[in-house]
Amino acid sequence: MPVVLENLGKRFGDGAPVLDDVNASIAQGEFVALLGASGCGKSTLLNIMAGLELPTSGALEVPSDGAAFMFQDAALFPWLTARENIELALKLRGVGKSERRTKANELLDLVHLGGAGDKRPHELSGGMRQRVSLARSLAQDRQLLLMDEPFAALDAITRDLLHDELERIWKETGRTIVFVTHNVREAVRLGQRVLLLSSRPGRVVQEWNVTEEHRTDAGLAGQLTGVITARLREEIRRHAK
Amino acid sequence: MPNNPTPLAEPVESPISTSSISGQAGSNTGEPESRKVHAALTRSSTGNEDLRELESGLDSLQSDAARAARIDWSRILLPVAALVVLVLAWQFYVSLGFKRRDLVPGPLDVLGQFGTLWADGSLQEAVWTSLQRGIVGFLISVVIATPIGLLLAQVAPLRRAFGPLISGLQVLPSVAWVPAAIIWFGLTDATVYFVVFMGAIPSIINGLISGVDQIPPQYRSVGTVLGANRVQMALQIVLPAALPGYLSGLKQGWAFSWRSLMAAEIIAVGGTIGFGLGSMLNQGRDLADMTIVMSAILLILAVGILIELLVFAPIEKRLLRRRGLLAGSTR
Repeated sequence: MPVVLENLGKRFGDGAPVLDDVNASIAQGEFVALLGASGCGKSTLLNIMAGLELPTSGALEVPSDGAAFMFQDAALFPWLTARENIELALKLRGVGKSERRTKANELLDLVHLGGAGDKRPHELSGGMRQRVSLARSLAQDRQLLLMDEPFAALDAITRDLLHDELERIWKETGRTIVFVTHNVREAVRLGQRVLLLSSRPGRVVQEWNVTEEHRTDAGLAGQLTGVITARLREEIRRHAK
Repeated sequence: MPNNPTPLAEPVESPISTSSISGQAGSNTGEPESRKVHAALTRSSTGNEDLRELESGLDSLQSDAARAARIDWSRILLPVAALVVLVLAWQFYVSLGFKRRDLVPGPLDVLGQFGTLWADGSLQEAVWTSLQRGIVGFLISVVIATPIGLLLAQVAPLRRAFGPLISGLQVLPSVAWVPAAIIWFGLTDATVYFVVFMGAIPSIINGLISGVDQIPPQYRSVGTVLGANRVQMALQIVLPAALPGYLSGLKQGWAFSWRSLMAAEIIAVGGTIGFGLGSMLNQGRDLADMTIVMSAILLILAVGILIELLVFAPIEKRLLRRRGLLAGSTR
């Protein structure tokens, strides 16, 4: 189990807890979608897993070499070209100069951006930037990849393609992926397992398995989407005054 | 809530056949029935090649076509025209004869003085001496100010301790250091350089700090996630990210160097201090020769403009263009 969360809690200052008693375990090579409405602390949970924030209670187990992280916006460095952005990740990992170049080109090719390596981030479309960002997080070469709503700001056409792209890359690289989203369709489309997080405080309230049938049968996938949406709305309705 | 309507699940009943499963290299993408796709809920492409093709189509639709660069003549003609208008207005004012000609010389008088100064070599000497000092003083200031600025920007206690002092030093006119410098170093080049440093270093430090302050916080998060240590963070991420602010600090630092240099040269004359533009200005005053004074002022201005046009403007433009920050600006 590369990731185990035990009774994890987080509060900022004296405020109400953002996360409370979160329990989950994620297996090697698993693709888990972390689903929740706004304010459920999904991003906080991801930041804790990435080591960007510390939990206030509970324990967590993550791979000792840390995790790769992909942000909602591509967060590429504007002074570097697409390839140099990837090379920087390799450099900070300690990869030698000559190897960096080859590896960066391989990764660019993996995300189907072989010809765009010399472009700067502002010359790329949103989808292309997000693919460079994906390649950069793969360059980190961590077993665990954390993704914080990486496709939320993209148009629907691009997003559909990137779903296919991410699934393909996940299968090719065998990474363990935790994918945070507020989009039920996206969670069902991508995750092998969907964890629903309640809001204020955030806690895992239910989980569903998504099988290979759901990948190909739109009817089945639609049904599951409906069930999860209903449960999510029930959770949101709890907060009505 | 099983009785809730679920608007997201519209395709529940319809047995739509979806695309063939991805990953099979031999899958034929040309078959019409395999083109029935259901995006968002299931796989919508038919394998790696299909995906590559779709993405490259979308990429080219979403990217702007490259525009060819061309020479914009208005960039050259407009400043020249403005200069001509100003000189004509000057000549017109002088020809009205309100003031004595030796108090307000015309453009032609000043041009004549330029010729004289050029002929006896003092013009070249003054420009060369001042420019050399200005550039050397500025470059040493950059070397001193950059690590200090980076350190102050990255280490909070240092910043809190010395920040107000550095801001204060920037407000203090560097001319104020001239008497002290003369007492300490006498009439030597050291006096001139000291005054230049006191003018340029604080403003470069301040520029770098404000450049660092304007870095989006996410860049640091990315750096942390990518595993950068403190030094790597400062040199690989913070410094390049702060470059636009740093560059305006450098521009201001140069301006302060040049101004401080002129002030020092006007006040500190003689000794082993050579003949610079400030000295020429002072000489004009001593001789009560307005044409020399005007010549020196115009030369000081010209050097400032040339340095901006030939050094800073191209660097800044290149920097901003590479980061996609130039679109829509009036530069």
